Amino acid sequence: MSTLPHIPVLRRGRDYESLDQIEVKDHKTGEVVAKVSTVNAGIVRKDLAKISEGRKALNKFTVAQLMEISAKAGEFFLNGTLPLGDKGHTQSGQEYVELLSRTSGLPWIMVKRNMAKIHYALTHMQEILNGLSRGLDFSIIDKGQGEQFGTSLSFFPTAHALGLVMPSNSPAVNSLWLPSIALKTPVVIKPGKEEPWTPYRLIQAFIAAGAPAEAFSYYPTDHEGSGEILKSCGRALIFGDKNTMAQYANNPAIQLHGPGWSKFLIGDDCIENWRDYIDVMAASISDNGGRSCINASAILVPKYAAEIADALAQKIGPFAPLPNNDENAKLAGFANLKMADFIDTQIEDGLKTPGATDVTAKYRNGPRKASFEGGVYLRPTIIHAESVTHPLYNREYLCPYACVVQVPQAEMLKHIGYTLACSAITKDAAFIEQLYAFGEIDRLNIGPVSTMKISWDQPHEGNMFEFLWQRRSIERGW
Amino acid sequence: MANPTPADIQKAQEQLDAHVREIIQWHFSPETGSPFWLGWANKAGWDPRKEITKFSDIIAKFPHFQDEWLRDEQPEVWVPAAFKGQPFNIFETGGTTGMPKQRIGWNDYKVDYSEFSEKISDEHFPRGGAWLMVGPTGPRRLRLAIEHLANVRGSSCYFIDLDPRFVKKVLSNKQYDVARQYMDHVVDQAVTILKNRKVTGLFTTPKLLEALAEKVDLYEGGIRGVFCGGTTMAPQYVRFIVEEILEGRIGFYPTYGNTLMGLAASVPLTPEDKFSISYYPPQPRAVLRVVDPNQTDTLKAYDEWGRVELTTLTKEFFMPRFLERDEALRKAPRERYAWDGVAEVRPFGAMEKTIVEGVY
Repeated sequence: MSTLPHIPVLRRGRDYESLDQIEVKDHKTGEVVAKVSTVNAGIVRKDLAKISEGRKALNKFTVAQLMEISAKAGEFFLNGTLPLGDKGHTQSGQEYVELLSRTSGLPWIMVKRNMAKIHYALTHMQEILNGLSRGLDFSIIDKGQGEQFGTSLSFFPTAHALGLVMPSNSPAVNSLWLPSIALKTPVVIKPGKEEPWTPYRLIQAFIAAGAPAEAFSYYPTDHEGSGEILKSCGRALIFGDKNTMAQYANNPAIQLHGPGWSKFLIGDDCIENWRDYIDVMAASISDNGGRSCINASAILVPKYAAEIADALAQKIGPFAPLPNNDENAKLAGFANLKMADFIDTQIEDGLKTPGATDVTAKYRNGPRKASFEGGVYLRPTIIHAESVTHPLYNREYLCPYACVVQVPQAEMLKHIGYTLACSAITKDAAFIEQLYAFGEIDRLNIGPVSTMKISWDQPHEGNMFEFLWQRRSIERGW
Repeated sequence: MANPTPADIQKAQEQLDAHVREIIQWHFSPETGSPFWLGWANKAGWDPRKEITKFSDIIAKFPHFQDEWLRDEQPEVWVPAAFKGQPFNIFETGGTTGMPKQRIGWNDYKVDYSEFSEKISDEHFPRGGAWLMVGPTGPRRLRLAIEHLANVRGSSCYFIDLDPRFVKKVLSNKQYDVARQYMDHVVDQAVTILKNRKVTGLFTTPKLLEALAEKVDLYEGGIRGVFCGGTTMAPQYVRFIVEEILEGRIGFYPTYGNTLMGLAASVPLTPEDKFSISYYPPQPRAVLRVVDPNQTDTLKAYDEWGRVELTTLTKEFFMPRFLERDEALRKAPRERYAWDGVAEVRPFGAMEKTIVEGVY
């Protein structure tokens, strides 16, 4: 057995060892922990021409059977010892936690929370699909048509496969594609450069649970290869920044997962009790190391902006890097050091524009960018800005970051823009009505609810069932 | 075929040294030499005919050939006296912006490609079977060379042009849609020929080959051999071409070459090569060295990366120590080649910066 694990390309389930391999390194020591084969767009293109074979393999199962397989896969993913590459290595759940932590910078505790989310999604697939399809009898998908709700129903698949260009920031984003297998749609995954582990382990878990290997394609590839996956599968998910999103904004076959710009709003009616909401706001900003698109990055309040910023800064400002295996670790390290530099520079540049203060600075006892045990971390940053026109308002970074700004309640919705998750602390019926009617919020929480709260049966962005299956009208003469 | 013995290598070296003496005598004698080199020797103040007796003397005594000379000088200055009055071909290289480099010639390309014909098999390029060249024609030596190669084998050749200067320009301007449209335009013309004419041999660039294979089943379309060159072919990409595009059914002949050198043929791949292609120049007419880019009189060790240096030694053209814009692994003598070769050629500095190669 080779000393280092090698993660092969999976070409409709078949291992392929490329001559081009990248090294995945420990984010602190730089030690190479695995090699990952990569392929060019030509191989992706060639394979995708035959991708319908993956669907054929899934069609041999009913949706109910695939939901059972998903549940078993959830157990394998959480606790199983699964193959790690093609050189005879295996990986237990704990080894997965440790390896992912070493290369991504996420502390064990965060990896475990992400694992738990994925496990929940896999083991509650029936509940999730029920929510996504509003109670559809899935035997109708198996048979092609049927009767339910007093009407004829028929659905057809919208795509040969679901393409995924995955990020490296947070393993739980993989939960977005999990329903695809139960929905009889093969997946074609381009893993994140620093996070090849989670999609690979999930695929191995599915296969161990009885899913056909042909339904899984895994292509570490370049920009052109990613473009091919997005273009050729029929339906695809992409994660990226604002510029990436702009490229695909008008393509209905591509579901975009960009910055969330998630926010907290406090109404006039609740602002006098702002101290009661500091904990939930702080958690929304800093949970999961501030790496999620549903982490709050702006707090809009009608009064007490300076006091609220100070209270948040006191609470999370002192967070400092801890060893990865410390259960109290709150910060994630950066595998990509240039990203840490870029974020730190952006915030510092923003502070050069008058009208904003880094309130956390006085509670941090040190610079924002910190080195610890050879790793690089960004410590929390709470900005108090005097106006929504300040460049540090409505920014989202891969670390605990939020900008607190004072805005009259009547003007808040004018200034929030697109908001993936919005928690509005108000009981004011008129304000709530305005929020209901506001089209740029994807997930709305009323009351002191963390923006990080997700409901599997109510997806906060996109409905995978509606994305992968489309209803058609049908009439049969016999 | 066995690898060369030390005696074979010694013999090749002696042949090279003898060839060097002949070529230096030719280019620096007033009766046969060119105005450029005669003038150069006058200014240099030494007589190469007396001081150059072997190849290593060229390395020790000549500076690097400056490519500006091929841009700035009129072509006539390169005409050896012995060729005076004979119309010449003008071949160009570069020229994406500004004046291209120009090399003149008469028969060199025929010599190179007639020799190369002996290295390709009748199974892959049946004699009499038509060829198709899809690639840079225009002012390039390659166009006449490919036609000559086909003719030498009793074949004729169809041509589809690709203008690499235009491709490089639009890629540099990030006009990817335009580049794609142009590539489709080129490939569509090739597909039309392949569908309507019986073609057995193909010359093209790797990217065009890939695009072509996506539109037509090359083997079913009659292609049995592909002769390929023009851009970087890293081992995994070679494997992709051999296994995925040609599916192991079509012969693959990668080459490294340009207007200034001619062509360096590749050694047939063995499993031990792991798809790393080694090219050997047509010595003694051309010599390739892989040198330390920071100290170009020092050769790199075998299997180490360095900058490619070309010396061309024919009666039509003498070009000492030209530093190519390529880097490569230095390869030891092998099989029928008792001299150094190069492998995994890629643009110089490719590891440090993005190089625009495009479809060419």
